[in-house]
Amino acid sequence: MSFPWAKQYEPQQPLMKWLDEKLPLPRLVYNAIGAGYPVPRNLNYFWNFGVLAGAALVIQIVTGIVLAMHYAANAGVAFNSVEHIMRDVNAGWFIRYAHMNGASMFFIVVYLHIFRGLYYGSYKAPREMVWLLGVVIFLLMMATAFMGYVLPWGQMSFWGAQVITGFFSAIPIVGEPIRQWLLGGFAPDNAALNRFFSLHYLLPFVIAGVIILHIWALHIPGSNNPTGIEVKDEQDTVPFHPYYTAKDGFGVGVFLLVFAALTFFTPNLLGHADNYIPANPLSTPAHIVPEWYFWPFYAILRAFTFNFLWIDAKLWGVIAMFAAIALLFFLPWLDSSPVKSSTYRPLYRIFFWVLVADVVLLAICGKMPAEQPWVILSQIGSIYYFAHFLIILPIVSRIERPLPMPNSITEAVLAKHADDKSAATA
Amino acid sequence: MVRPLGFLVGLGFITALIFAIFTTPLKNEPNAAYSFVKHPRHLELASDGLMPHWDLAQLQRGMQVYKEVCSACHSLNLVAFRNIQDLGYTEGQVKTFAKGFQVPSINPDTGEPATRDGLPSDYFPAPYANDVAARAANNNALPPDLSLITKAREGGKDYVYSLLTGYQNPPANLPKELRPGTGLHYNPYFPNLNLAMAKPLSDGQVTYADGTKATVDQMAKDVTAFLVWTAEPKLVKRVQVGWAVIGFLLIFTVLTYLSYRNIWADKKH
Repeated sequence: MSFPWAKQYEPQQPLMKWLDEKLPLPRLVYNAIGAGYPVPRNLNYFWNFGVLAGAALVIQIVTGIVLAMHYAANAGVAFNSVEHIMRDVNAGWFIRYAHMNGASMFFIVVYLHIFRGLYYGSYKAPREMVWLLGVVIFLLMMATAFMGYVLPWGQMSFWGAQVITGFFSAIPIVGEPIRQWLLGGFAPDNAALNRFFSLHYLLPFVIAGVIILHIWALHIPGSNNPTGIEVKDEQDTVPFHPYYTAKDGFGVGVFLLVFAALTFFTPNLLGHADNYIPANPLSTPAHIVPEWYFWPFYAILRAFTFNFLWIDAKLWGVIAMFAAIALLFFLPWLDSSPVKSSTYRPLYRIFFWVLVADVVLLAICGKMPAEQPWVILSQIGSIYYFAHFLIILPIVSRIERPLPMPNSITEAVLAKHADDKSAATA
Repeated sequence: MVRPLGFLVGLGFITALIFAIFTTPLKNEPNAAYSFVKHPRHLELASDGLMPHWDLAQLQRGMQVYKEVCSACHSLNLVAFRNIQDLGYTEGQVKTFAKGFQVPSINPDTGEPATRDGLPSDYFPAPYANDVAARAANNNALPPDLSLITKAREGGKDYVYSLLTGYQNPPANLPKELRPGTGLHYNPYFPNLNLAMAKPLSDGQVTYADGTKATVDQMAKDVTAFLVWTAEPKLVKRVQVGWAVIGFLLIFTVLTYLSYRNIWADKKH
């Protein structure tokens, strides 16, 4: 694993020597995120988001554990127990708002992390396994976030659970029994709330486990970089510590600044007013809207309004929504171009930015009520989404003529500096 | 295999979507109410923005409006008497205030339901014993609990203020089906245009101890300010702590940036 020039861990103090013989845990950390991991020297700020996602998970787990000490997962008292945290628990308002907005921050950095991977071809060989594990983490995050949103047992909690578990009832014949089995009843109620709480507490630790695999798989080929050219020799790399620990430290600072501004100054900006109304199975909100990080997928779900091929429109929507995420598993094989970075892919780069715009459009459609023009926009947006991954990408990767590439990372870095210098003197 | 299969799957979804586009009407069903619903009017309060503070005199007036007007129908379940010390009342005043309420209790000798004087640890008692009683007394409409109302409505405090001051006669061009039925009242700030609550405030309805003139607008502002406080008693503290945190993080981030530049100084990247 790793490169031959990677620094070796050499414990100095007797205690560390002793520990290294019995249980080489410091060695593991040293090789994983210390000086023992050589990393390309040319990473830009987009490579900060992996560490930031890890930081977000830690923040969610710490605040979540404290919240669980005060929260009561019972349909009769859950809503008021959250308000008890907001009003009576010391700094409870801070812990709760931090957890609420921490989920959003987690998704913001993970979406940037995913789009970084798409732009720089980080999903391609030899890093397919890193990508696959990443998609698993993304799915687990979505499940965790959904179940967490149910716990305050407000109107959107209840109706969100109603809608999302309703996906299963779209399956012919067995759908409704499956849904009842998952919910423990005919509608979301105490049984569902209890199991969601249990799973919401469990899944973050599963995520942490898959993150370990994600990093393990990453360390075999080493990190990708903005040129997409693989590391060739020692001068292409720097040790992770201190170079990238320092850069990530700065990244964490900026991340926390944004997080704090959101949490302290406008904590309900990304939430929904209806979730401050206690759950009421007899009163349906005018517009049921999921949390912002589900909007693009919600738009795809609702875009299918026609019973095509005798398959119910609702079932089409559910299949398409799951397919929209599942197709990411096949991405390393859909894109056959050997060039990773979009810097050298003039054609793919255009479609990448169209995809970004398309996902933003779908997000807006997912937020808006199911009325025109949002319905047709979400239909067009969904067409592009599937076309991008399943039709355009395989064709583009075949017909595209990549730009000339430098021979090595170091050559690219030195050429960039020469450019900067000549631009400065000119 | 992945690419041809993916191609077919993609075509399948796209065909289904193209059919969907051509079978979905481009015109929305007309909703006449849309053109009559008004956007809430902005209400500026001392607790707004990045330098908030509580206007204690206003909160006290607002609580008086709640107690003398709103509390006839609306509960305030999440607020305890002890909480109103935040509004500038002394411990003694809170005790006296609490004593003025009768709260449900049990007779210690017989176990029969009874009432006793309120204590600071008690919560504002609800006007009705349960939802059924509340509906029975209000033409089958349920008056919502007000504790979180300014957070639980789209438009927040602006909505509450606009609703309280927005009662008016229906416009002449209002279609018949949108006119208020029996027991309903026209208010363009309410999403359905007609609501069960009658105009709750009229000029001079309360007498403020501080001599402020009790106009409808003034009372609406005061009670909305009070309900902003009940929805989030920690609002001002939250923003104040926020500035301290931001200050700390700014120093932290500058230091991490400098150490990042220092460590990378000799390395082209």
